[in-house]
Amino acid sequence: MTVILDPTDEHSPVERQIAKRSGELKGVIGLLDISKPRGNILLDELESLINKKVPNVLMRRFLKPTFAKPCPDPLRREIGESCDYLIEALAD
Amino acid sequence: MDTKQQKFSLIDMMGNTHNFPNTQPSLICFVKEDCDTCNTAAPVLEALHQAYGGKVKVLLIAQSGEANSKYVVRHALTMPTLNDCSYKTAFDWDIEAVPSVFWMDENGTPISQFEGFIRSDWEVLTRDISKYTALPAPVIEWNELPTWRPGCGSNHLDPGIYDKLRADAEGNPLRARRIDIGSDDDVVEFMFDQGFSDGLPLVPPTPDRVIRMLSATRRSPQDVVATVPPNMGQATIEKIAINAVMAGCKPEYLPVVIAAVEAVCTDEFNIHGVTATTMGAAPVMVVNGPIREKIGMNMKLGALGAGNRANATIGRALRLVVRNVGGASTGGVERSTLGNPMKFTMCFAEFEERSPWPALHVERGFKPEDSVVTIFAMTGGPVHIVDQTSRAPDQVAETLGLGLEGVFSPKMQNLPVDALLVVCPEHIDTLMREGYYSKNQLRNQILKVTAKPAANQSVDGALRADKSSVGIKKIPEGAKFASTDYIHIVVAGSDAGKFSSAFHGWVTGATGSISVSKKIDLD
Repeated sequence: MTVILDPTDEHSPVERQIAKRSGELKGVIGLLDISKPRGNILLDELESLINKKVPNVLMRRFLKPTFAKPCPDPLRREIGESCDYLIEALAD
Repeated sequence: MDTKQQKFSLIDMMGNTHNFPNTQPSLICFVKEDCDTCNTAAPVLEALHQAYGGKVKVLLIAQSGEANSKYVVRHALTMPTLNDCSYKTAFDWDIEAVPSVFWMDENGTPISQFEGFIRSDWEVLTRDISKYTALPAPVIEWNELPTWRPGCGSNHLDPGIYDKLRADAEGNPLRARRIDIGSDDDVVEFMFDQGFSDGLPLVPPTPDRVIRMLSATRRSPQDVVATVPPNMGQATIEKIAINAVMAGCKPEYLPVVIAAVEAVCTDEFNIHGVTATTMGAAPVMVVNGPIREKIGMNMKLGALGAGNRANATIGRALRLVVRNVGGASTGGVERSTLGNPMKFTMCFAEFEERSPWPALHVERGFKPEDSVVTIFAMTGGPVHIVDQTSRAPDQVAETLGLGLEGVFSPKMQNLPVDALLVVCPEHIDTLMREGYYSKNQLRNQILKVTAKPAANQSVDGALRADKSSVGIKKIPEGAKFASTDYIHIVVAGSDAGKFSSAFHGWVTGATGSISVSKKIDLD
């Protein structure tokens, strides 16, 4: 038997499970603009469409200062604490 | 003298277990069958056992495995001979040579200890035990024994064995999760399956290999060097050492890898963006200072290519840390449209001695005697620049400039993008032919020949955003680069061949990557 040392950051000893789905859309949807060109246009359109389909769902916009770096911790926390879902305008 | 010896539980040749400490005073001797001095000492040990065995536990701890019995039979020994063929007890008791004698009281505290055969040591020991136990000393013909004989090295100090013992010892410095690979599994395939690899085979990071790698630094293995995006994994010295082993590094390369990890994880360098971008950027490492020679880096023939272990594995180790500790794998956070082979490794040393200019690290504020690694984010290269005909400095400077026209695309001008020009020795000679030709002269010539005043100035997306934060130096209208600051120049290559090379950068500035230099800690 050969023993090797784990070269990774060891953050996944078990497989990560996805969050349970409730079957209905209610609460707060976060819309995250990561500052990619025209991400704001995509989110505007999505917001309008979601409003038409599910008018009583609240939506909140968030803005990452740059797409090139990880999300700043305070913003990440704010999104996590205030939203039930998150839609991110990812690529251009 | 240690006041406490480590406990052991070893089996003798009859299969009986002997534990230490026990409730009696002990006389313990480490021996090897093939050690001449152990064979000299054997009759003395037997005599001591015969005389004192009623009150003193006399034990041999033997290192020769199956050959232990030969030793016992040869000398007709009657005391228990314990099997330490894993050498763990020798390691724990930290002996250097055999025979190694420990005379201990009933608490296991050493009263005296010595190694080898200095006759007077053994005479004194015999008298001391007699006094302690009030038993008569054995009759030994001391004059027939040599006055002095050195011992033989204990087997546990064999380099291959010692590192394994260290890696498994209690209080060993390793904290990384240990992964057991079943004996039916191929270790190399296993590592591929786990996703540790960049596509090429890896050296298995066994604990003893990692211990050996860690010997190259005095830093604590659990020191955190950097937090690596995107997963914000902690790159401890140990984790870096593990990835350096996998890359194929020698221990002496480790300080360079550590400095490189530190450099790329700065906010300035932005390894997250560099790794993630669809533009397919990779860190290009340039090493300066005395360490180049010390660890055998290549700065001459084929410096940008294959064949040199230091160049190849140091660059690779950095990539593996980003992949494994940071969690950035191709298809995951890494989204390159095409990528390039620099993503395996791209690391070389500057040929400072052949350069008429201050070395890269000196330009960047370090002392010439400092060893430094500088990292650039590059999307392409090295790209060949041929000039076998120019005889005048400005002519060859023009060629080098036109060789950079293609950065990103010949259509694009005013780029806030780095280029790293590697000028070969023959081109250096041409540049210097009419007197000293400075780097700034070269930079200005590059901007001049690549300027397209009537060119389409449009630059999209991220590049547009950064143009406003660009250097304020006066540059020709429609210049290729938004500033001479973006043109980095080093010297490398063999003495034969009029071929320089260039690396093409990524976006420089706040939304991209700024090159970073770090001093290499050689303590």
